[in-house]
Amino acid sequence: MTPGRMSREVPLFRPLTSWRPKLILGSLLAGAVAALLFYSWGYQVRNDIGVTGLNRPVFWGFYITNFVFWIGISHAGTLISAILRVTSAEWRRPVTRCAEAITVFALSIGGLFPLIHLGRPWLFWFMIPLPNYRGLWPNFRSPLVWDMMAIGTYLTGSILYLLLPMLPDLAILRDRHIADNPNSARARIYRFLALGWRGTAQQWHSLESGIRALAVIIIPVAVSVHTIVSWDFSMTRQPMWHSTIFGPYFVVGAIYSGIAVLMVAMYLLRRGMGLESYLNDKIFNNLGLLFLTFTLIWSYFTFAEHLTVWYGNEPSEMAVFTERISGQYAWVFWAMILLNVALPMLVLSFPLGRKPFFTAIVGVGVLIGMWIERFLIVVGTLSLPRLDFTVGTYQPSWTELGILVGSFGLFVLLYLIFVQIAPIVSIWEVREGEHHLGQVRPASEHLTVETT
Amino acid sequence: MTRWGMVIDTDRCTGCGACVVACHAENNIQTVGEEEARNGRAMHWLRIERHYEGEFPDIQVRFLPVLCQQCGSAPCEPVCPVYATYRTPEGLNAMVYSRCIGTRYCANNCPYTVRFFNWHAGEWPKPLDRQLNPDVSVRPAGVMEKCTFCVQRIQEGQDRAKDESRQVTDGDIKTACSQSCPARAITFGDLENSESRVAQMAKSARASHLLEDLGTDPSVIYLQGGEEH
Repeated sequence: MTPGRMSREVPLFRPLTSWRPKLILGSLLAGAVAALLFYSWGYQVRNDIGVTGLNRPVFWGFYITNFVFWIGISHAGTLISAILRVTSAEWRRPVTRCAEAITVFALSIGGLFPLIHLGRPWLFWFMIPLPNYRGLWPNFRSPLVWDMMAIGTYLTGSILYLLLPMLPDLAILRDRHIADNPNSARARIYRFLALGWRGTAQQWHSLESGIRALAVIIIPVAVSVHTIVSWDFSMTRQPMWHSTIFGPYFVVGAIYSGIAVLMVAMYLLRRGMGLESYLNDKIFNNLGLLFLTFTLIWSYFTFAEHLTVWYGNEPSEMAVFTERISGQYAWVFWAMILLNVALPMLVLSFPLGRKPFFTAIVGVGVLIGMWIERFLIVVGTLSLPRLDFTVGTYQPSWTELGILVGSFGLFVLLYLIFVQIAPIVSIWEVREGEHHLGQVRPASEHLTVETT
Repeated sequence: MTRWGMVIDTDRCTGCGACVVACHAENNIQTVGEEEARNGRAMHWLRIERHYEGEFPDIQVRFLPVLCQQCGSAPCEPVCPVYATYRTPEGLNAMVYSRCIGTRYCANNCPYTVRFFNWHAGEWPKPLDRQLNPDVSVRPAGVMEKCTFCVQRIQEGQDRAKDESRQVTDGDIKTACSQSCPARAITFGDLENSESRVAQMAKSARASHLLEDLGTDPSVIYLQGGEEH
């Protein structure tokens, strides 16, 4: 083992082998913010859904916006990492783990929002096809049932897709802790988590074919998830919801916001954990180019969507369109264009703009912009129903704001806990990459301490 | 077969609002109070919309009573994940309150905006609770509700006819709104029965549906374009 790599891996192991005060403090802070979500939700369950700012005709507001937003973010990891794996992009190696973790946590939080938004959340199980003596089934024609199944499949798939490639790394940790003190709690936990990984040729073979298969399977699943989320809207007949391009438009928007959050997360990990040698400028440059590509695709879809509505000039659609372009939502709309189109194009087009700090700034901008996009779709349409007697407005309540802020706290909390459980960069995959470059011995040769 | 329907003659409607009040009383619809109403949470299964025709001084106010159109091809039905809203064999668009989990998806897909959500449970401070109609369930918080075509009256009318060993005849059943309309603008009956008044009136050249081009096949028919008032 070269000393160079040893020192390189040190910052990865640091939070896994000892308590880091800053990480603990950060987790506590994030936990306090996350508590806001659960407090607000509890308050809402006790005092009815009426504590929101929702009304007639704006029956959906922040919660559905947040739902689409978080599910969108979950396309960061799995899709990006799966595509990069399938295409054997070598530079992906240090990125995949931190991206896949984003998927699992964002998806878990996104999946909370349909429950939070229900009028009677304790009855959510009516949607699950449970056999019962009265023969009552969920309505399989409803996009909400499709949603639940798509998200359930995606969550299961992405948890497997996160855990499977983690096995060799968990075995490394197990062996380290056992070498330190075989009876320590950490040694026991990792002995369980590593599921008996010994690094035999047979195990490596199974692992690699497993990852390959999952990477291929998870891509259509991820695409289907956000397509179905878009169908919640486009299957209705409401103006500017009933759009044929919503499926691909939402998928592109999801990947776009996914890359944005990945940029921010990578920048923070690099700064906070000293991972400059893993998450290097080249990776930021490559992801920055992918980011720019999605800026262009998303801008194209947005343009196509609005141009066809405007050209079609259908009155009920034009009511929504006009309100968005030049009415009460205009400032939000143009802020979105600024953040999602102008800023990324201006910054990411230049090599300097693809340096870590700038991509992270653009990432934050795009996250805000993509949240706005979903808000405009949800509230923009609902506030202008076809019968214009019932035009409405929407003002979120403190409960809804608290839950939005709390969801970010929950995400950071889960992520910080994860950083303290598993190496955020896949150690064995990076070593394997070095091996491919002919720098060192095969990764599998030194992955286990115990060879007996 | 039966298909319950309603004909509303907008040329007769004076916009007095008696039907709205009758509907509230009959169906235990909560009154939400001033502040909630301002927040867009007023509940009226039947509401009177107002629009203007012509330019001042030659201007005319027109009234349009809007209620659930009991669509034959209802956009609200397929989107409900739990079958809380469905079509009955008699052509009613029914709500099952106990099945509703409150996704509010049905309301979002209703082009007529006639669905109302119980953001909070209704309150009837004593002695107002004594006026609740015992034939109609009081809805809890978190469920959707809307016009039922006074299904409890339909049920009662059918039961009565059965007790008397006869068929339901036209005029046996009256909804609260049609019963209370002083101008007799609202008529209720069976559209499938060619002898019924609603079936006759539906054939009128003055008949139309609300947002007809959406193809929702409503059971409410509006008459307009008759004599000037």
